[in-house]
Amino acid sequence: MSLKKVLVANRGEIAARVLRACRESGIATVAVCSEADRDSPYTRLADEVRDLGGAKVTESYLNLDRILEVASATGCDAIHPGYGFFAENAKLVRRIEETGLTFIGPSSASIALMGDKLAARRVAADARVPLLPGTEAVESLDDASRLADKLGYPVILKPAAGGGGIGMTILHNPAGLERAYTAAARLGQAMFGSGTVYLETFLTGGRHVEIQLLADHHGHALHLGERECSLQRRSQKLVEETPSPAVDEPLRQEMAGAALRLAGVIRYHNAGTIEFLLGPDGRFYFLEMNTRVQVEHPVTEMVTGIDIVREQLRVAGGLPLSVDQRDVRPRGHAIECRIYAEDPDRNFLPSTGRISAFDIPSGPGVRVDAGIAPGSTVSVHYDPMLGKVIVWDHDRPHAIARMLRALGELRVEGVRTTRDVLLKVIDSPEFRAGRLHTRLLEDVLVPRLKGT
Amino acid sequence: MADRVDVVAPVPGLVASIAVARGAAVAAGDTVVTLQSMKMEIAVPSDRAGTVEEVLVAEGQEVELGAVLARVRAA
Repeated sequence: MSLKKVLVANRGEIAARVLRACRESGIATVAVCSEADRDSPYTRLADEVRDLGGAKVTESYLNLDRILEVASATGCDAIHPGYGFFAENAKLVRRIEETGLTFIGPSSASIALMGDKLAARRVAADARVPLLPGTEAVESLDDASRLADKLGYPVILKPAAGGGGIGMTILHNPAGLERAYTAAARLGQAMFGSGTVYLETFLTGGRHVEIQLLADHHGHALHLGERECSLQRRSQKLVEETPSPAVDEPLRQEMAGAALRLAGVIRYHNAGTIEFLLGPDGRFYFLEMNTRVQVEHPVTEMVTGIDIVREQLRVAGGLPLSVDQRDVRPRGHAIECRIYAEDPDRNFLPSTGRISAFDIPSGPGVRVDAGIAPGSTVSVHYDPMLGKVIVWDHDRPHAIARMLRALGELRVEGVRTTRDVLLKVIDSPEFRAGRLHTRLLEDVLVPRLKGT
Repeated sequence: MADRVDVVAPVPGLVASIAVARGAAVAAGDTVVTLQSMKMEIAVPSDRAGTVEEVLVAEGQEVELGAVLARVRAA
């Protein structure tokens, strides 16, 4: 009962990624595009292409009525959401399930449970996964103030719905609490339909380390090791790598064990990632679960040789995973750099325009997943990530040299990009030494770049 | 005319929300319009304290870099 024809409900590099995996798996494909994406390179990788409507996401990639209409008219039996858009929107995923189409991802119940960050914390506690001290829902500003005093500063204030760092604020003292509380409640309401917020202890000097999981409908679940994603700005990742310079084999086993326990408790299936904060003392704490394929999945593919998207297609089609835990033998080191259309000289503000030149790095150990081509328009409507440069080599120092070489070959003209910042970040003494933490980019590296 | 200041778009984007109405008093640094661009929310403040004389955009409208969003008569 494997899948026959898949509608890929996304755009850019991740649409290309999924379309390629379908082609290799012998599955027919339908790509969809907004009027702004008619000439995007991903559309040429599909068997059929259908228009969704206007450039606005509500008229196109979030227009589920239209997407379901296309799926039915083209005879698709499954929908792959990629990441973003409705990939983690439990209500919309439930509607897909109700039509009888296969959603290539976990159940809407798992998405709903992990999407509610307070519920996710309770599940993690049930699974004996370590948590940072935190609160339940905060009822008022007074309540927030009292609870923050009780937890002790620094604290991080977060919307209970959503993710991706939206609406989160780190507070070192009570001064900014009112503003943070209002912003988190407003953004949570606006973006995710819930104004509920809560507080957690903020771990200074922590690293962001996550475990990639795969689970099928036949009772098999396995982990593919960790990814270190500490280099972030605005809680958005910029560089990811595996293995983490801070994780040794006993710690890896401990973190993976915790991640698998959590997935087991909710009977999770398909690909998923458990995000942890790893403290300077080697203790780790549950952050959240991402119930979809992640932007940074290629680094794991480079070291394990396992195609995560192909496994997603197998699992959704009812097939068992093609590998078991003993087949997972990571080798070497992989690094990914995200190329964003942003202007580093203007505080990483978005940069739009028409791509006039795009030279793609290649050569040994280099993979580029991109969503643009010369002539592509980078518009205000979508995510500013243009693509990703991923490298593999047999150890970290060689992978760093290879990344510097690959970024040097990359040329994007027509919009400002993060390339030059990435070159300096990868070449910095902190990165070379593997001394990473979640505030390194914003507090240390970016100010240093501005000073020179 | 020197006491009239334009609030301009620092990025191309979509007008996500308008925080003030014509005639409203604003302090320097108060958000006048919030733009949405490539999934980011960007608050556009007034540089000066004063009174909002005109709001030139509507919610949902697409604006170019440098577009005048509103005019403030400086106090």
